[in-house]
Amino acid sequence: MKLELRGITKTFGPLVANDHIDLVVEPGEIHALLGENGAGKSTLMNVLYGLYDPDGGQILLEDRPVTFDGPGDAVRAGIGMVHQHFMLVPVFTVAESVALGYEPAGPGGILDLQAARRKVEEISERFGFHVDPDALIEELPVGVQQRVEIIKALSRDAKVLILDEPTAVLTPQETDELIKIMGELQDAGTSIVFITHKLREVRAIADRITVIRRGKVVGEASPESTETELASLMVGRSVSLAVDKTPAEVHDNSLVVSDLTVLNGSTPVVDHVSFTVQGGEILAIAGVQGNGQTELAEVILGIDEAAAGSITLDGKELLGLTVRQRLRAGIGFVPEDRSTDGVVSSFSIAENLVLDLYDTEPFAKGVSMYPARVAENAEVRTQEFDVRLTDIQDPISTLSGGNAQKVVLAREMSRPLRLLVASQPTRGLDVGSIEFVHKRIVAERDHGTPVLIVSTELDEVLALADRVAVMYRGRIIGIVDAREAGPAGINRDVLGLMMAGVPLEDAVQQAASHQSTLAGADALADGKDLT
Amino acid sequence: MSTPVIPVTAGTPGDELPGAAVLGKISYRIPITYAVLALAALLGLVGTMIGREGVWSQETEFQSRYGDQWFTIPNFSVPSMLTVIVLTVVLIAAAVYGYLLTRDRRTAPLWLHIVVGLAFVLAFLTWAGAGKTSVIPVTSLLAGALALSVPLIFGAMSGVICERSGIINIAIEGQLLFGAFAAAVVASLLTAPYLGLIAAPIAGGLVGALLAWFAVSYQVNQIIIGVVLNTLVLGLTSFFFSTLLADNASTWNARQPLGVIEIPLLSQIPILGPVLFRQTILVYLMYVTVIVLQIMLFRSRWGLRTRAVGEHPKAADTVGIHVNKRRVWNTILGGAVAGLGGAFFTVGSGLAFGREMSAGNGFIALAAMILGKWNPTGALVAALLFGFSKNLGNVLGTIGSPMPSQLLAMLPYVITIFAVAGLVGRVRAPAAEGIPYTK
Ligand SMILES: Nc1ncnc2c1ncn2[C@@H]1O[C@H](COP(=O)(O)OP(=O)(O)OP(=O)(O)O)[C@@H](O)[C@H]1O
Ligand SMILES: [Mg+2]
Repeated sequence: MKLELRGITKTFGPLVANDHIDLVVEPGEIHALLGENGAGKSTLMNVLYGLYDPDGGQILLEDRPVTFDGPGDAVRAGIGMVHQHFMLVPVFTVAESVALGYEPAGPGGILDLQAARRKVEEISERFGFHVDPDALIEELPVGVQQRVEIIKALSRDAKVLILDEPTAVLTPQETDELIKIMGELQDAGTSIVFITHKLREVRAIADRITVIRRGKVVGEASPESTETELASLMVGRSVSLAVDKTPAEVHDNSLVVSDLTVLNGSTPVVDHVSFTVQGGEILAIAGVQGNGQTELAEVILGIDEAAAGSITLDGKELLGLTVRQRLRAGIGFVPEDRSTDGVVSSFSIAENLVLDLYDTEPFAKGVSMYPARVAENAEVRTQEFDVRLTDIQDPISTLSGGNAQKVVLAREMSRPLRLLVASQPTRGLDVGSIEFVHKRIVAERDHGTPVLIVSTELDEVLALADRVAVMYRGRIIGIVDAREAGPAGINRDVLGLMMAGVPLEDAVQQAASHQSTLAGADALADGKDLT
Repeated sequence: MSTPVIPVTAGTPGDELPGAAVLGKISYRIPITYAVLALAALLGLVGTMIGREGVWSQETEFQSRYGDQWFTIPNFSVPSMLTVIVLTVVLIAAAVYGYLLTRDRRTAPLWLHIVVGLAFVLAFLTWAGAGKTSVIPVTSLLAGALALSVPLIFGAMSGVICERSGIINIAIEGQLLFGAFAAAVVASLLTAPYLGLIAAPIAGGLVGALLAWFAVSYQVNQIIIGVVLNTLVLGLTSFFFSTLLADNASTWNARQPLGVIEIPLLSQIPILGPVLFRQTILVYLMYVTVIVLQIMLFRSRWGLRTRAVGEHPKAADTVGIHVNKRRVWNTILGGAVAGLGGAFFTVGSGLAFGREMSAGNGFIALAAMILGKWNPTGALVAALLFGFSKNLGNVLGTIGSPMPSQLLAMLPYVITIFAVAGLVGRVRAPAAEGIPYTK
């Protein structure tokens, strides 16, 4: 279906989030929207989906003007959307979440849950997402929730599909699957608007690229452009996509995890895990989401409980300490899901920046708090991390996804740390911000702090890590050293195989002999092969 | 390009890998609850042995006859001490069995809860009635308990309907009262008690509509508007009560009892039969309400959407569900259910309307809903437990129990809190409860 936006304008108070934006998406076209954090991409899509009323402009479907009173109208008109912040009810099962709004039901409105379950199974099978229809949403890691959100959008047979950062927490393999699905939908005539910050994806799949900066369309780019060209078009300056770092200089201080087990009910989700992170090095945990990384990170901070084992930081046992004691011991923690665990959405940006320090000097003394100092701190931090905002006293829910992530990072990385644990640290950040955050993480390491990164993003793992541990089904199936990088060391193929449960040595062998098949993903991303 | 995609979600059992199996912590809440009950029985027993003269020869007399029945169990007496000892032993055994089960990571079956509950209540009754000339009227104790529970159950169902959609209904009290008033007046004016049953839900629904209007359109704090509505209904009904109704009671406020409908066969079941199946249509409607609501809430389209709206309204909005419309209708429906419950005070009990008749039942209903975890059946059990403990206090008060009356008055609250802490555990409210939805 042909979609056209004409002169869409949307303001929030003094802020013009969308300024006369024009956009045409032809039937069967995949149209990528690029732009830095806060550029106005999600706002534009929310206007299109009927969630926001535009202050000006027109939406046309098949050249006929339409007005949407709410998402219900947009859905009826054939528009589907994967939202950047998932729209899933935490206490529902996967099947219920997918069915909601389109429930298969019998007489008396009694749900046919069997049919709902089948639908989930059918779609997840067809597209290679493996999701249990009876799992509770709140118990799923974000990567799996992302798959559910995609299944939900696909189950509606939309004629215009909006994908707002659908790949932010997917693994490279899953992203490949999604790209394949997008190709199939395209062949069937579906128009797709695709928002992402990962430039290789854009180059692999987009037919056209529109770049937005500060609410305005600044131009179109051809999918043949290099990543560097796209990056500089987005942020308006040249961006270095590689991370500069010197070899790690390790210190004596360390995080030691030994024989750690975490249970979910009676199934171990972290299973006898042992590793050490020395001061001055970055250990990355790679793996497909749902293999225990979430629980591992959370048990270090104390949100999850360990069933056995020990975690020591600089020789002191952490298990048994409260979360607050651990924070005070100098743990910086970036949670994988910023909207549920990272921020209090009704609090102001300034308050969110002192969530962990609000009761200590200089922000408070005795029973009194000093709002002026909280505000001053917020000014400094948001400047430093380039958070795009209108006023630091606005609720954090008014920030764009990437800017909210920067607030979490600014809070967690701006005090003296003895350990940094960061899950998906650059989730939703634009390339310019990723460059900055990577530099900060490396600086933290060079400062002598042990750094533990959990990421599904292999590029990020390879760029940052000194050593990489791969988790599979709750176990660490191998730790590889980045200093051995090369054909025999870590590369995408070896890590990809290990993430599928192949032990290190076999993975190295297989990767060497089957290079050609596995290089497919890269070839795809380079736009040479679109099968 | 066939990079493998791995079918894994959290907790997928993997291939067996070496390493000792680690097991999670065991929660001993249930055996501890049993043990506390056993201990209470034991203490009562020991205290009685030491304190009372001639305890060994005392007897307790039970009565189960209640109205006409084909066959009745005659009154019977049991030796008090011996019975209490036997029941205490049962309680201790249950506690030990519960402990063993929990230790072996098995869950205590439902029948064990029932055995423990029955044994404790019987032990308590036997102890309280020991050596008394009056009998312990078992069946009428239960019938009275059900009667006290009816408005609570309707009120709690009203709460479930509203709060599951995200609207806090503090106005249950007012809805009950207005329902009672409307039922009495309409039934009296038209000398037709059944028409009272039509007027009551309309009155309750009206209060619900006011609540929804202020809560949704003006986004007034829902607790405050609920309290205001309660006061409004109280003032309004009291005003009419002392003017119009008092001046001409025979026209406006005459007693119009609903007829008792006896269900053949079922009402002949000993003890429970007459309690459950010799009732007015209102009580049968209550059974239907609870069952239908339980099914609809968790198995129907309406229920799924209601819960979505109460948990994550924005997610509901993005799939085209009209959040505020759903909330308004649910609040009106909830008000109507509470209004119907209010009719029990007047036509349901064959009484005329009286000032402040609802007497705080709306708030207890709200508590029952919370203790029942916002589930219809849970709220039903909590409300029944509450009604039972309250009537137990009443009955013991009349037959004269060894317990001081102030303690008896506390009984319903103590028992309810204890049961919840011991058996129910953590409760979680609908996430978006009380938060107005705006885009
Ligand atoms: N509800 C709101 N109230 C006030 N301001 C808002 C609101 N929603 C978005 N904004 C502002 O509008 C601007 C555009 O936000 P938007 O979410 O569209 O950015 P984006 O391009 O999607 O960024 P990202 O890549 O980080 O997701 C931001 O400056 C944001 O702070
Ligand atoms: Mg966005």
